[in-house]
Amino acid sequence: MNAGTADLLEARDLARSYTVRRGLLGRPTLVRAVDGVSLTVARGETLGLVGESGCGKSTTARLVLGIEPTDTGSVTFDGGAMPRSGTAAWAHLRRRMQMVYQDPLAALDRRLTVGVQIAEPLDIHRIGTAAEREERVAAVMAEVGLQPHHAARHPQSLSGGQRQRAVIARALVTNPELLVCDEPISALDVSIQALVLNLLGDLQERLKMGMLFVSHDLRAVRQISQRVAVMYLGRIVEEGDPDAVLHDPAHPYTQALVSAIPHPGKTTTRVILQGDPPNPANRPTGCAFHPRCPVATPTCRTQAPELKPRRSDGRRVACHVAHGEAAAARAPASLETC
Amino acid sequence: MVDTISSTVAAGGSLLARFRSLLERLNRMPILITIAVLWLVLMLAIAVSADLISPYRFTQMDLRNRLSLPVFMGGSWAHILGTDELGRDVLSRLITSIRMSLLIAFGATIIGAVVGVTLGFVAAHFRGIVEQAVLALVDFSAAIPFLVLALAVLAFFGNSLVLFVCLLGFHAWERYARIARGLAISGRMHGYAAAVHQLGASPWRLYGRHILPNIASTLIVSMTLAFPEIILLESGLSFLGLGIQPPDTSLGNMVGFGREYLSSAPWIMLAPAFVITATALCVSLLGDWLRDRLDPTLS
Repeated sequence: MNAGTADLLEARDLARSYTVRRGLLGRPTLVRAVDGVSLTVARGETLGLVGESGCGKSTTARLVLGIEPTDTGSVTFDGGAMPRSGTAAWAHLRRRMQMVYQDPLAALDRRLTVGVQIAEPLDIHRIGTAAEREERVAAVMAEVGLQPHHAARHPQSLSGGQRQRAVIARALVTNPELLVCDEPISALDVSIQALVLNLLGDLQERLKMGMLFVSHDLRAVRQISQRVAVMYLGRIVEEGDPDAVLHDPAHPYTQALVSAIPHPGKTTTRVILQGDPPNPANRPTGCAFHPRCPVATPTCRTQAPELKPRRSDGRRVACHVAHGEAAAARAPASLETC
Repeated sequence: MVDTISSTVAAGGSLLARFRSLLERLNRMPILITIAVLWLVLMLAIAVSADLISPYRFTQMDLRNRLSLPVFMGGSWAHILGTDELGRDVLSRLITSIRMSLLIAFGATIIGAVVGVTLGFVAAHFRGIVEQAVLALVDFSAAIPFLVLALAVLAFFGNSLVLFVCLLGFHAWERYARIARGLAISGRMHGYAAAVHQLGASPWRLYGRHILPNIASTLIVSMTLAFPEIILLESGLSFLGLGIQPPDTSLGNMVGFGREYLSSAPWIMLAPAFVITATALCVSLLGDWLRDRLDPTLS
């Protein structure tokens, strides 16, 4: 997609699995949280990553930041390979790549004031003198919409929106080139969500950061992203322009997701998925989505589809049916009415 | 005690603000806690000014006034708490003993906490084989009856005050190690510690600046539980003749030697026994109260 231009972040074939044991005597099973995810984020571009809970979005976010080691695959940041977590080189890279967390109260230390915590990255990376740091903290706090008096407060005495602003301020204080947001608005009140979303969009545009925006909220992703990738069970199943993906989803899973967005005043036919929610410990053969797919064909049961551009419009999608390689069992009823 | 608490907690914020909020909290404490704090402050004051306030030298003998009665039993004001079998002033000996026992108890508590927390953090940080080694030490330490270990060490290496304090310090270290390791691991896995790690912080900053202040309340409570135990342990060892050796004196030592005169001159033993009981009780009460006050989810 971005071939030719130097990408800020490039992840290739990331895979990460965990061993879990169920019960006291249960046999350990391998859970493939992320299973061959490739993605790129260019400078100044926002990539939205959507999918239901448990599909590996957050693990992908941690993998691209190098917080967790990858089993296979590689992460390249600004042309260099990601150092191992905890090394000096890795720690040094942190000033250039930062993260915004889902639960701002958990991400902040309750015993320190917000001002001290926003200044912490500057202290850690020894940026500027004490006076410069103070100035920078005041500037970044103004930028995210916090009042100067909030600096002396503790996280638990701030509102949810203010806490998330503080987390964003801490992430931005070193002027990072890449910002990874892991469900940044899902723990907030609905009334605050839009404000924080707009703030993130504005900041991204103004500071020309690359951004990976992880969310299960399709509309939030559409509002903020230049590109969207849909994940299902550890793999990206569709990727493309957000408006195009949302108006004309190519993958049956995306179609189901899109049809679940409520449209006030419009009657839509929802695609109700059959079958169990996906279990990464017991991945179906072939296309992982086939047990729930309304248009699954025999090929889908045996052969895993590749993520490749569709012939008609170049949309990247991993589906035999969408590529026309297999005839749909029956036409999805929702497509026209959606 | 109060000083230790405020300085430990203060690591997390501006010293003055923390101290002020601590004072406010102290204002709101129940009467029993007030008494406990006053008693401990009194003990500290006695320990600090022992040389100034004791009426006699603690070894000074007054052979004409042997086994004289304390004032409340009809004795003279020359020896307020009476004298022992050699005519030594019980009050003076008590004051010196309080200093000795508090020194041992504080020293041992701090040694135990520092060693335990350090090893706990090391285990939590490195995991793997290091953690297994620390846990093996913890289990080893928890499995051996401490009195047996103390007897062995003191029998082999002889007795000195430094060795004795260090030995008592190792009495409760495994408790701190377990607490520190568990809390550090759970803190690292999610939340603020993971966030600080992702900011690129060094382990020193992560553990010293963030995890330690956040688990300080638990550790302080654990220290207040270990403190009376160590006083009692010191008393027990001294009682057995393994602790402080004469002519030095400690509370347990006084109880041990006073035992022989229990029926004829009970005041020799009762005074130090009362101080031991009261101090242990006060520290326990304070610890219980602190646990509730320092828990951020309760306040």
